[in-house]
Amino acid sequence: MEKINIESTPKTPSISFDFEKGFLEIKGRSIPENSIEFYKPIVESLEKYGSAPNAITTVNIQLEYFNTSSSKCILDVFKKLESIHKGGNQLVINWHYEQDDEDMLEAGEDYQAIINVPFKMIQIAE
Amino acid sequence: MMLDIYDFYDKMERNHILLSFKGDITSELLTSILQIMESKLENLQEEPKVKKKVYNVLVECLQNLYHHMDEVDITTSDKTRSAIFMIGKLENKYTIITGNYIRAENVKGLDERLAEINTMTPVELKEYYKKVLANGEMSAKGGGGLGMIDIARKTGEKLNYTFMPIDDKYSFFSLNIKIS
Repeated sequence: MEKINIESTPKTPSISFDFEKGFLEIKGRSIPENSIEFYKPIVESLEKYGSAPNAITTVNIQLEYFNTSSSKCILDVFKKLESIHKGGNQLVINWHYEQDDEDMLEAGEDYQAIINVPFKMIQIAE
Repeated sequence: MMLDIYDFYDKMERNHILLSFKGDITSELLTSILQIMESKLENLQEEPKVKKKVYNVLVECLQNLYHHMDEVDITTSDKTRSAIFMIGKLENKYTIITGNYIRAENVKGLDERLAEINTMTPVELKEYYKKVLANGEMSAKGGGGLGMIDIARKTGEKLNYTFMPIDDKYSFFSLNIKIS
């Protein structure tokens, strides 16, 4: 499988997905009007990756802003990760939030409550 | 008809309007507006926390307008596809006011949904958000019915809104959001 490297734009985050290393990172802001279209490729690659995943998968989520339209798509991404984890593979989601950004921390906790995968909340300096 | 532009200016000045727009809401427009507001928030030297909250709520308010445009029948007059929004700042409170046409048959449903959100405590809103996030259906364009819940949650205020009947087919929906 090819590596995925998507550059960030004012409305969409950068996404890098290295299958061999089992590393996925979503970073920046995610506020597109049509988030389904944007997240479709990554949800599809995760589907493929899920058929033969690495023993260890690391996921870094470092979002500055995300809209509610993206929140559903991010959940779809997390659901794919959940099924990989369910299959007996080690997986962790590192949820980054800026110091004082309680809304972003709370958003991470919302996902943690819905998705059955280990989450690590990581505070970053502003 | 001659417009009294000074009258507009004076009203906007007195209401501390930073930015206003009336017309079609396009994706490109939202990109520009958000960039303008981001630099304004930067210039006003807001705390990162306030800046983020205002920006987040603004994104939801404006994208509500954008997604709503899709629901309006394109074959009808341009009038009903047009919307208005204003962003103001008085002392330490930001105000976002939006207005758009809504089909008369959709008023009752939206009214009930917003009234229900307004009955909820912060804890109930959090639970409701998670429930809709986990179980809700998403429209093809990506609207998931989470926007209003998110706005109520992030502002910690009741949603202040009105419907003004225009004719048999349309009402005008206005939403007035305060962020402090």
